[in-house]
Amino acid sequence: MADVNRGDRPLSPHLQIYRPQITSVTSILTRITGNSLIVGSILIVWWFLAAAKGPEAFARADWVLTSWIGDLIMFGSLWALWYHTLAGIRHLIWDSGRGLELETAEKLGWIVIIGSAVLTVLTVIVV
Amino acid sequence: MVQLTLPKNSVVKTGKTWPEPKGATNVRKFQIYRWNPDTGENPRVDTYFVDLDTCGPMVLDALIKIKNEIDPTLTFRRSCREGICGSCAMNIDGINTLACTYGMDEIKGTVKIYPLPHMPVVKDLIPDLTMFYAQHASIMPWLETETNAPAKEWRQSIEDRKKLDGLYECVMCASCSAACPSYWWNGDKYLGPAALLHAYRWIIDSRDEATGERLDQLEDPFKLYRCHTIMNCTKTCPKGLNPAKAIAQIKKMMLERAV
Repeated sequence: MADVNRGDRPLSPHLQIYRPQITSVTSILTRITGNSLIVGSILIVWWFLAAAKGPEAFARADWVLTSWIGDLIMFGSLWALWYHTLAGIRHLIWDSGRGLELETAEKLGWIVIIGSAVLTVLTVIVV
Repeated sequence: MVQLTLPKNSVVKTGKTWPEPKGATNVRKFQIYRWNPDTGENPRVDTYFVDLDTCGPMVLDALIKIKNEIDPTLTFRRSCREGICGSCAMNIDGINTLACTYGMDEIKGTVKIYPLPHMPVVKDLIPDLTMFYAQHASIMPWLETETNAPAKEWRQSIEDRKKLDGLYECVMCASCSAACPSYWWNGDKYLGPAALLHAYRWIIDSRDEATGERLDQLEDPFKLYRCHTIMNCTKTCPKGLNPAKAIAQIKKMMLERAV
């Protein structure tokens, strides 16, 4: 084996070829929603700070937050919040050693996806 | 480290299209990853056509037919052809499985075959599993005892023996670990589902006397806790085992002994 070329072995394809699974997609979405919630929370903090600062600053922040792009971010954050919450509950269930059979885990994944969509719409209707 | 794209030398190019069999009516298209260490070229995907009327039902049957009748340079591992040796694990139709037990009727359209994902490639469909085996060895896959060996054998109750069901059946094919994104990004530090399933198999063995030591060894931010319950392992296991659950049980034992 002394003359075997080990140096420049290629890395086999991974993300490029692996079929997405319901459990893997819901897993990465947990991380994505968790991170992107930073955007929404920064905006809200800015909104509160501006309110404390004075009417002019508040008017500026309020204009951004209630513009269509602000609305879009807030709507997205709302869904992200629900999604991340439900996914967090799913992790708590898993940490207790339950719900780890494949069928149950996949069902929980769909519950998180559908549940977060329904709760988002409900929240928009109520608020 | 997370690197979503492939390194320059690993980018897959389009390869050769081999001729279709003449006079065949039931032809299946195969796209297969090729890499030859002797040429220094990038990997490529070759296209083959197989007459299913003269071929066995499993993906491995088609691979052997291609090697015998079309392209003898196609390289892959196989041995038992009945899902017990774990040699022919590869990525088929986007999931990791054993070519010998995966039926072509389970695949729609073109059959796409790659080596196990995120592994150094030795040649074609053969990954270098050195790291994988080293990780398995690191969890001490044997009975550890302190008391003197009994005259005949280490006894175990039927209930205790039952705890090993769903664990001892693992054939070490590496499908699960090579399906795990955490293992892709941190395969040098995270042990991966296969090694951890084996670790759990010995942790809960009633005859083993090194349980605490085994848990100590896994108490590490990477070795065990890089598992985020993505469950690609369980979904893809060709033996129907549940590494994700075994890992969750280890995490639970860690917590229980800490409080």
